[in-house]
Amino acid sequence: MTRYIRHAIAFCALLLVALLVNAARVQVFQAGSYDDNPANRRPTIARYAQPRGDILVDGIAVTGSRDTGEQLRHERTYANGPLYAPVTGFASQEYGTTFLEHAEDGILSGTDPMLAPLPLWDDVSRARSQAGNVVTTIDRAAQEAAFRGLGRRKGAVAAVEPSTGRILALVSAPSYDPAELSGNGEPVKSAWARLNQDPEKPMLNRAVRQTYPPGSTFKVVTAAAALDSGVVEDLDAPTDSPDPYTLPGTRTRLTNESDDCVDASVRAAFEWSCNTVFAKLGVDVGVEAMTTMAQSFGFNDTSLRIPFSVAQSTFDTQVDRAQLALSSIGQYNTRATPLQMAMVAAAVANGGQLREPYLVDRTVRRGGETVTTTGSRPLHQVMNPATAVRMRELMTDAVKEGTGANAAIRGATVGGKTGTAQHGIGNAGTPYAWFVSWAQGDHDLEPEVAVAVVVEDAAADRGDISGGGDAAPIAKAVMRAVLGL
Amino acid sequence: MTKAGTTVAAARTTAPAVRLPRRRGIELALIVLAVLLSVYGYCAVGLAKAGTVPPGALGYGAGLGVLALLAHVAVRVRAPYADPLPLPIGVLLNGLGLVLIYRLDLETPGARAAPAQLVWSTLGVGLFIVVVLALRDHRILQRYAYVCVVAALALLTLPILFPAVNGARIWIRVAGFSIQPGEFAKLLLAVFFAAYLAANRSALAYAGRRVWFVQLPTGRVLGPIVTIWLISVGVLVLERDLGTSLLFFGLFVVLLYVATGRTGWIAVGLLLAVLGAVAVGWLEPHVHSRFQDWLHPFATIDAGLGPNQLAQSLFAFAAGGVLGAGLGLGHSVLIGFAAKSDFILATAGEELGLAGLSAIFLLYGLLVERGYRAGLALRDPFGRLLAVGLASILALQVFVIAGGVTGLIPLTGMAMPFLAQGGSSVVTNWAMVALLIRVSDSARSQYDGQVAP
Repeated sequence: MTRYIRHAIAFCALLLVALLVNAARVQVFQAGSYDDNPANRRPTIARYAQPRGDILVDGIAVTGSRDTGEQLRHERTYANGPLYAPVTGFASQEYGTTFLEHAEDGILSGTDPMLAPLPLWDDVSRARSQAGNVVTTIDRAAQEAAFRGLGRRKGAVAAVEPSTGRILALVSAPSYDPAELSGNGEPVKSAWARLNQDPEKPMLNRAVRQTYPPGSTFKVVTAAAALDSGVVEDLDAPTDSPDPYTLPGTRTRLTNESDDCVDASVRAAFEWSCNTVFAKLGVDVGVEAMTTMAQSFGFNDTSLRIPFSVAQSTFDTQVDRAQLALSSIGQYNTRATPLQMAMVAAAVANGGQLREPYLVDRTVRRGGETVTTTGSRPLHQVMNPATAVRMRELMTDAVKEGTGANAAIRGATVGGKTGTAQHGIGNAGTPYAWFVSWAQGDHDLEPEVAVAVVVEDAAADRGDISGGGDAAPIAKAVMRAVLGL
Repeated sequence: MTKAGTTVAAARTTAPAVRLPRRRGIELALIVLAVLLSVYGYCAVGLAKAGTVPPGALGYGAGLGVLALLAHVAVRVRAPYADPLPLPIGVLLNGLGLVLIYRLDLETPGARAAPAQLVWSTLGVGLFIVVVLALRDHRILQRYAYVCVVAALALLTLPILFPAVNGARIWIRVAGFSIQPGEFAKLLLAVFFAAYLAANRSALAYAGRRVWFVQLPTGRVLGPIVTIWLISVGVLVLERDLGTSLLFFGLFVVLLYVATGRTGWIAVGLLLAVLGAVAVGWLEPHVHSRFQDWLHPFATIDAGLGPNQLAQSLFAFAAGGVLGAGLGLGHSVLIGFAAKSDFILATAGEELGLAGLSAIFLLYGLLVERGYRAGLALRDPFGRLLAVGLASILALQVFVIAGGVTGLIPLTGMAMPFLAQGGSSVVTNWAMVALLIRVSDSARSQYDGQVAP
């Protein structure tokens, strides 16, 4: 019998080995595929197990975390949700993340390897690093001024610091409270459905994700191209342009809102926003030079990240002369985000040099030590410094004496350009009111702020809608907030 | 065979000089270690979940310690030569089980199971002490073989009269307690099998025709075998309890082989088992679906219904990795129903890792090995078969349930010995350890210098 007992022992040893080998298979060799299975809730539970890092504006958190005690424990809160929604985006347990919450998720959720002080040991002990914070470049006063300025109107504001590219304000209206989407369950689902079905599109980030025809504000680009390419040498020389201007190769006659545009000088045409003059200038400069100038301002660029992506602003490169004429006054296929137009103003203000805009100043650990800094972004020479000087002159004149008078600030030099962009089938839609500007305080060494404002549906009669009337006061409020005037 | 007792007595008197050391001190030290490990686990859960040592830690440790010490004293008094390992292993596994159940209780505040399990464990240790004190010699059990089988069959058929719980008819409910009589039946059946085979092994081994290279048994001795097979299939069909029937049948085949040494029995057993399993798997949707789950554990995920229990169990094991998440830091509660009973091993796998899981498997392996070792050392066939049977029950049960929850074999609902929530199971397991202590005491006190137990 002893022999057979030994056989039974061997059999049991076989079973033991089978169990051990299978356990190693499940726990080691196939563990990765089980861990990554989308039905496995552990990564989600771990993600919400600790408070999410905060997004800081002027050193103060505009986000927070709430301990719900549920399986997904911590939920995002927002101190002033609608104001900062275009910056923060939302962080939902149900619908993922957007904007900074998405772009900086690694830092905010604590998974970024840079956060781990002892990476190898943490892997062994399975310690999850504390979430880090994201310090933004946003200027609280500017952001609030822009939000207040837009009020109940639909539109967007983008403001940047010309010398660095720091984004000082990013506002979209109407906005929404991202806190509504933070948790999970029925209230979040219904809020999501409501926000998505809302015809006003409150979740659309108009400052960076919506493009508009820039209208007359694009004349800044056209003027810069004309000056840089030598088509215009003297700002005060007559330009030999008719009014109305017949688009080349067609019978369409282009007219102006204002008089005195026949043969007007570039300076006068810029002040009074003569379509005829700039349409002809664009044609004279030619498609190649126009395209080069528009693209150095950032048009047709799909790679810009601030750190989240920005919608592509477009300048059509396949155009005939009539289309080029329209393109040059910001119509036809020319479209720009408010941020793009703020970059245009910033390049002029900064002596022709454009800094790529960015929204995150640095990321820090809970304790305050810096993890990463954005540092200075690439510098790009858009136009000759001499051209920039003359562009500043044009824009300053437009505010001093022309259409942009509403943006003038006592104690500061302000340069600006209004725009009123037609859109819709047969231009039937309510025009968009634009204003792009920059400002330099009298005691500052360089321009401190460049702003672009677009108001979609200024609730007024069509004749009254203008960049100068609707958009310029908002830009002024933002510039004053930045300058502290 | 009936003279086994006398020959043993003669051996004891003739060779007193080669008596083995009693090793009670080692047993005591190991028990203290087992209790300390359990208390440490209890504290680790509290520290991980609440940041403080749980308030009852001292009482829990003291209670477990006193229980283990009483058991130790009983062994010291009545089984001084017993193997020093089974008792500490039982204490450690039971203590660890309590820790795991307590840990899962924290996730389900509405359904606490640890206090009841503690009461059952106390009863179990009580039964252990009673068996060790009252059963002076295991051979007494041989006289009650037929009482045992009748009792076992009665216990097995009893749950048929009660309503099914979660698809299986294996519980009876008395005054708010649910008892699984099948758990007690397995011990009784082991005693019966050992006694029956000890008496009939020659007839089974040497009669019958030889077909090919397989020695077939005669029809007369085949009768009881077929009866047992029919009973286990009956249990399976009527109670829908695949695990228990597999266990009974496996136990019988192992004992038959050990008693007769005929490979033919294994062939016949395997054939019958396969036939039974195929037939039942075909007829019973409950069993059939278990088989499908085993083949495709993620089928429900692909169908958009979320992970089933087996998938959740595999996720838990995978999350544990090599070193585990740490006690109290896993999410095995996602398994949901039966996380504290059938799937308790998943919690151990997730929170203690492959290292902890392997340690648990090796503890079971050690316990099984000690049982077989006692069987090897004993001289009387009944004692040998009893020891082999007890060890085989443990081995088969651990394999069937551990293989089930780790996806090695189709899942069958069974309690992990000592670890899982379940009063009947823990009481039975303590009785089983008591019997192992008893047979090992006989084996070691009769040591004749040939096979070291």
